[in-house]
Amino acid sequence: MPAEPVGVVEDVEDAPVTEAPPGLDFAGLERVVRELFGEDGERRVAEWLAFLRRRLSGNYEVDEFGYDADLTDQVLLPVLRPLAEKWFRVEVRGVENIPSDGGALIVANHSGTMPLDGLVTQLIVADHAHRPLRTLAADLVFQTPFVGELARKGGATLASNDDAERLLGRGDLVGVWPEGFKGIGKPFSERYKLQRFGRGGFVSAAMRTGVPIVPCSIVGAEEIYPLVGNIASLARLLGVPYIPITPFFPLLGPLGLIPLPSKWLIEFGEPIRTDDFADGAADDPMLVFNVTDQVRETIQQTLYALLMQRRSVFF
Amino acid sequence: MVTGVSRDAGARCARRLADDPSIGTVLGIDVVPPRAELGRVRFVRADIRNPVIAKVIAAEGVDTVVHTGVVATPGSAGGRSSMKEINVIGTMQLLAACQKAPGVAKLVVKSSTTVYGAGPRDPAMFTEEMAPRAIHQTGLSKDAVEVEGYVRGFARRRPDVCVSTLRMANWIGPKTNSPITRYFAMPVVPTVFGYDARLQFLHEDDGVAAIHHATVNDLPGTFNLAGDGILSLSQAIRRLGRPTLRVPSFTAASTAAVVRRARLADFSPDQITFLTYGRAVDTTRMRTEFGFEPEYTTAAAFDDFRNSLGPGAVTKASSLLAAGLGALRG
Repeated sequence: MPAEPVGVVEDVEDAPVTEAPPGLDFAGLERVVRELFGEDGERRVAEWLAFLRRRLSGNYEVDEFGYDADLTDQVLLPVLRPLAEKWFRVEVRGVENIPSDGGALIVANHSGTMPLDGLVTQLIVADHAHRPLRTLAADLVFQTPFVGELARKGGATLASNDDAERLLGRGDLVGVWPEGFKGIGKPFSERYKLQRFGRGGFVSAAMRTGVPIVPCSIVGAEEIYPLVGNIASLARLLGVPYIPITPFFPLLGPLGLIPLPSKWLIEFGEPIRTDDFADGAADDPMLVFNVTDQVRETIQQTLYALLMQRRSVFF
Repeated sequence: MVTGVSRDAGARCARRLADDPSIGTVLGIDVVPPRAELGRVRFVRADIRNPVIAKVIAAEGVDTVVHTGVVATPGSAGGRSSMKEINVIGTMQLLAACQKAPGVAKLVVKSSTTVYGAGPRDPAMFTEEMAPRAIHQTGLSKDAVEVEGYVRGFARRRPDVCVSTLRMANWIGPKTNSPITRYFAMPVVPTVFGYDARLQFLHEDDGVAAIHHATVNDLPGTFNLAGDGILSLSQAIRRLGRPTLRVPSFTAASTAAVVRRARLADFSPDQITFLTYGRAVDTTRMRTEFGFEPEYTTAAAFDDFRNSLGPGAVTKASSLLAAGLGALRG
């Protein structure tokens, strides 16, 4: 009987010639994979195949919000990563301000015509803080086919106090962009001027669950699609908040959908504690407005500071 | 007394109650005689839409009424108007009869989570206090909302009666025959393009056990009942190993009509929105106040149902492919 390793090598050499057509030979395939991707690559291909197998047999977990961690980690975030790292060259500061466990509410400024800042923040939090960021999105997102489906699978849920408090109460990290469409759809001339922070619902959600609020300032997203005009009549007809006109859209058609490669800076600020307020503070509108203003002011000041540090829009 | 015993769910609840030695006599009420074996249940042929029901309650000295007589599909009731008649008018008459009967001390109503509707503005999970966000004007969800309205009215007028309303997620299991099980049993399963509903199921055994639990204990209130966890619609169909046909939302209604004509499954518009947006309910109160622990999670209940079906086309194809590859490999 020949020694084990020798026998295996012989098998690999002989198999394609004598038995099956090369495409169906697993040993040969294994060798090709190893040659192409190296030892590490073989493991990665195996992981991918295992992932495909899980997807096809439906053998994965979805939480009650529809968050599909398997799909998010294997497909959605890897697709975003080159966009954030190579295209926008995101620089991150203050990651240590994101709590490593327990609930927390990350509040950020919203801009850029398309909500790419939300997606990039989600990726940054996943890569740097190693926790999934559960985002809160407008109901329009869940009305739209595909977008709504992907948003739910990527961990988004409806921006309502019910959902926010449920997530925070479970100890999840929640991201919210309280400016909403007012922030994302504002004209380019008003860039980096924060809009009204909703009705402060996010502050009362944080107060009720006693979690800290982490202000997050995003510089760079304003320039990806400079919004110079809005086809308001068509927007009303379609029931969407705005139809953007940018220097390249709709002029260049689909090419105009490529975001400009602006340089991004994301800074997470000092957490603002909400657990030392008295009971019932969440129902005190004056207090809620004050905290909302405090968060808004912090983000606005950080934005100005970051803009001073940025050398130019694209570098 | 159990209503709606000629249909499967009602018959099983009645049998389960009759098997309990602590319960004296179980009366089964329905318009048509049941096809299923009822065992120790005494069948009384009566129509809940008719005031005669009051005489039955008085003559038999009924102390507990279990109302499972809400019909989910127009097809089985003989049309939408007749379905509404049974659900809404039937419940009204039944409650009117109960109100006149001093002996009635308990009412258990099998309702459904369809009372919450389904839509893009829904919260991720409904608790018992939340009002529906989507307005539904058709089918079972409208009936269920009206039925619950009458039940609340009854509870106000007869505060001495212990009223439990059980909002149950879709029943599923090998023996359940409902629009949802027929939908999943189709050889090619149509879904709405671009949407993936979140689904919750309650295993049929858990459903029957919950009705029994509410009947033997005094648990007034409204409770959501569902298995733990959720399945997305695409995931459920993949688990079945069946091919999917994704149709755009504007053709969903006509697809449903074709499916209905082919007698494969029976869809109402509220079921289409349910299969578009999905719905999930919070079951905290089921554990804390109702004190009930379902044996099956949503996924386990669905797997039990799947095992009762034959393997789907995709499963067959992949096992053939695997066998073929294995043969080629030697």
